[in-house]
Amino acid sequence: MNIGRIWALITRHLYLYQRSFARMLEVFYWPLVDLVVWGFITIYLAREGNSLHGAVVFFLGALILWDVLFRAQQGIAISFLEEMWARNLMNLFASPLTVGEYLVASMTMSILKVLVVSAVMVSMAWLFYAYDIFLLGVSLIPFMVNLVMVGWTIGILTTSIIMRFGQQAEVLAWGMVFLFQPISCVFYPMEVLPGWLQTIAWANPATHVFEGMRTILLQGTVPWNNLLWSCLLNIGYLLVMIAWFHHTFNVCKDRGLLVRVGE
Amino acid sequence: MSNPIVEVKNLTKRFGDFTAVDNISFEIQEGETLGLLGPNGAGKTTTIHMLLGLITPTNGTIRLFGLDLEQHRETILRQINFSSTYISMPFSLTVEENLRVMAKLYGLSDVSQRIDEVIKTFEMHDIRKKLTRKLSTGQMTRLTLAKAVMTEPRVLFLDEPTASLDPDIAYKIKAFLKEYRNTSGLSMMYTSHNMQEMEEMSDRIIFLQRGKIVAVGTVEEIVERFGQRTLEDVFLKLAREE
Repeated sequence: MNIGRIWALITRHLYLYQRSFARMLEVFYWPLVDLVVWGFITIYLAREGNSLHGAVVFFLGALILWDVLFRAQQGIAISFLEEMWARNLMNLFASPLTVGEYLVASMTMSILKVLVVSAVMVSMAWLFYAYDIFLLGVSLIPFMVNLVMVGWTIGILTTSIIMRFGQQAEVLAWGMVFLFQPISCVFYPMEVLPGWLQTIAWANPATHVFEGMRTILLQGTVPWNNLLWSCLLNIGYLLVMIAWFHHTFNVCKDRGLLVRVGE
Repeated sequence: MSNPIVEVKNLTKRFGDFTAVDNISFEIQEGETLGLLGPNGAGKTTTIHMLLGLITPTNGTIRLFGLDLEQHRETILRQINFSSTYISMPFSLTVEENLRVMAKLYGLSDVSQRIDEVIKTFEMHDIRKKLTRKLSTGQMTRLTLAKAVMTEPRVLFLDEPTASLDPDIAYKIKAFLKEYRNTSGLSMMYTSHNMQEMEEMSDRIIFLQRGKIVAVGTVEEIVERFGQRTLEDVFLKLAREE
């Protein structure tokens, strides 16, 4: 693993972000729109139910944490799309850059993206709704780390599919993550799902994070079992997905797809 | 000549039922320029992509600097580079930023100095700070060539490097490549559809047709073998036989 090459790839994306209007929208505009819309919906629902504070805490907390997962996934998938659109994959993979270094650089970019987007959302939530995400306490950090890992796993899966099927699959960079949203129990507890879907949701590490968040808010205790399950599932899925990415990369090299992707 | 820097043996690439490259073997000596000639679809670009590690061969071996490409990918790729009319570089970066990123990817230590040198060599002062998306096709070709030369490769793969350049810049690029080869011992693999350019640049030529080598030798040897007057006549004869 060569740090210089990883840094080179990160530098490439930092240069891009400086002057890409579309990437800036991703970081500042869409998270803000999400927050405003969901914030007003939350206030409306809470007034009807006469429990404003609790609703704000639940929904805005869930929204901010969901965005952590979403942006982590996008950090991986959009980085790959950028290379594909720029027809730069040949330049990268004909250089000494390894697949592992490419993934580490993409993961680092996704962390940077999550940090910036989270800072924007947390600040705006505090400003508009006097909402303090840090109500969740220090357990917020391992929860967020787990959500970033879920985002990486979905991002690598998405990237593998785009690499294999080319431009026709690029819509997955934005859509794939929402396939997982219903079984992540972001805005509702797992118990509202039908029994068979609960089994699937239980195997989703994101569900444990959102369940854990609700436990903290309702009971004031940190659900260590949720955190443990989330960690174990994440490590397992991430390792499988990294191996899958390597496999797909080799398949693409074998079929000559790497030099054609983006055409 | 007895010091092959590139050794290709029984190289084959099949995509399903289609054989793009069919059991070809060749060597490139240190300081030699090997021209790869053939009609569209003959297997030239697929061969170069396999030598760059971008496509996995179905059969055969590729060795550079005495090392197997599959087993020593990083060591080899650090010492080779390529340029092609068919590639691009990130549009939202300036020329200089793109060169800087590539320099870091190849682990160059004197990045700024090397960038200054290639900017001067390829006469890119006026486009140094220009966004890549605003470059003309010819300027983009110069950028990808600058990227390739900047890393001081021992082997350079050039896929139609002057295809979109005006005659003046094309002349300067060819003059630079010949001079650079003479002073650095650079080996090159060169493809072009410009026969005059192939004659000018290549020490030897491999003629590919339907993935197979149909002729190898100097321009004179190939022309004589096919009983034609020029390399272009040989090309037309073989292409029309397809």
